[in-house]
Amino acid sequence: MQEFEVEIPAGKDIMVLDVLALVKEQDPSVAYRRSCREGVCGSDGMNMNGTNGLACITPISEVGGPGSKLVLRPLPGLPVIRDLVVDMSIFYKQFEKVRPYLINDEPAPAIERLQSPEDRAKLDGLYECILCACCSTNCPSFWWNPDKFIGPAGLLQAYRFLADSRDTATNERLADLDDPFSVFRCRGIMNCVAVCPKGLNPTRAIGHIRSMLISQGT
Amino acid sequence: MVTNATNLSRSGLSDWLIQRFSAVILAAYSLCILGSLLMNPEMDYEQWRALFSGTGMRLFSLIALASLCAHAWIGMWTIGTDYLTERHLGSGATFIRLIYQAACVLLIAVYLLWGIEIFWSN
Repeated sequence: MQEFEVEIPAGKDIMVLDVLALVKEQDPSVAYRRSCREGVCGSDGMNMNGTNGLACITPISEVGGPGSKLVLRPLPGLPVIRDLVVDMSIFYKQFEKVRPYLINDEPAPAIERLQSPEDRAKLDGLYECILCACCSTNCPSFWWNPDKFIGPAGLLQAYRFLADSRDTATNERLADLDDPFSVFRCRGIMNCVAVCPKGLNPTRAIGHIRSMLISQGT
Repeated sequence: MVTNATNLSRSGLSDWLIQRFSAVILAAYSLCILGSLLMNPEMDYEQWRALFSGTGMRLFSLIALASLCAHAWIGMWTIGTDYLTERHLGSGATFIRLIYQAACVLLIAVYLLWGIEIFWSN
C-alpha cells in the first residue's frame, strides 16, 4: 500500500477522481481507469474507504473529507492488473452469458418494434446500468463463484430482457438460468443495492427472475 | 446453465423451493413441540412418549425429519460449493469437496434412518 499526502484546494469538495489526479501529479506511474468523469462510463469503479463506488461522482466529503485518510483499493474479488486497474474479463463473461440483446425471430416491421408506454416503463430501473461492476464485486456470492454465479449486474440485465415485451426468447432465457448457481446463489443480502452508484436495485430484479422461474416451472 | 451432479434436485428452482417448504414444515413442527411443552409444563416421560406414539405425530415427525435432511443437504452443499473451491484450496479442491459431500450424505442418511427407527419402533 502506497501513501500520498495531497493538498485539497481550500473550500472545495472535490471528487475522489480529482484526488487521484493530484496523486498522479506526484507519481505518474499510478494506474487507474477513468473516462467520462461524470458517472456515465463506469470506468472508475473502485473501493473507497471500504465501499465500492465511482471515484468521479464521490465527493471527498462522503469518504471522510479533507484532512482525513482516504484508502483506495481496486474493486474486490477481481484479479488486479496494476494499482486500481482490475481484470474484468470474468465479469463481462457473465454479462455475455445472459445474452444482453433483444432476441426476436419474427419478421421485422417496416418501422421499429413498438412498445406501449406501460411496457416501456417496465424497463426503467434496469436499462440504466453502466456495467461499472461495483455491485458484483461487492457480492460475496460473486467472490466465491465468479465463474458460475452471474452476479447482480448480469442478472439486472437478464431481467431487463426478460421484462422486454419485444423479446421472444423468455422461455429459453429462463431455462438457461434454472441451475443452483446462476440466479439461486443470490442470498438477498442486498450489498449490490447499497453500492450501486446509479441507485438501481438488482436484488429486486433477481426476485422478479425467481418469480418468473416459479411461474414457468411449477 | 451451470451443470451440476450433486445438488439435491439438479434444478436451482427445485432446491430453492424445497429449502423454503422444508423450513416452513420445520417451523410448524418446532411450534407444535414447543406448544405441547408450554401447555403441559409438568410433562413426564410417559406423557412425552405418548405424545410421539400417535400415528399423526409419527407421520408429522417423519415429514419433519425428511424436511430437516433435505434442508441440511441443500445448505451443506451450498456451503461446500462456496468455500471448498479451487479459488480457496487450490487444485485439490474437487477431491476435498467430494469427500466433504460424501461425509455429509453419510451423516444425513445415518440421522434419517436412526430417526425413523426412534419414531417408528414400538
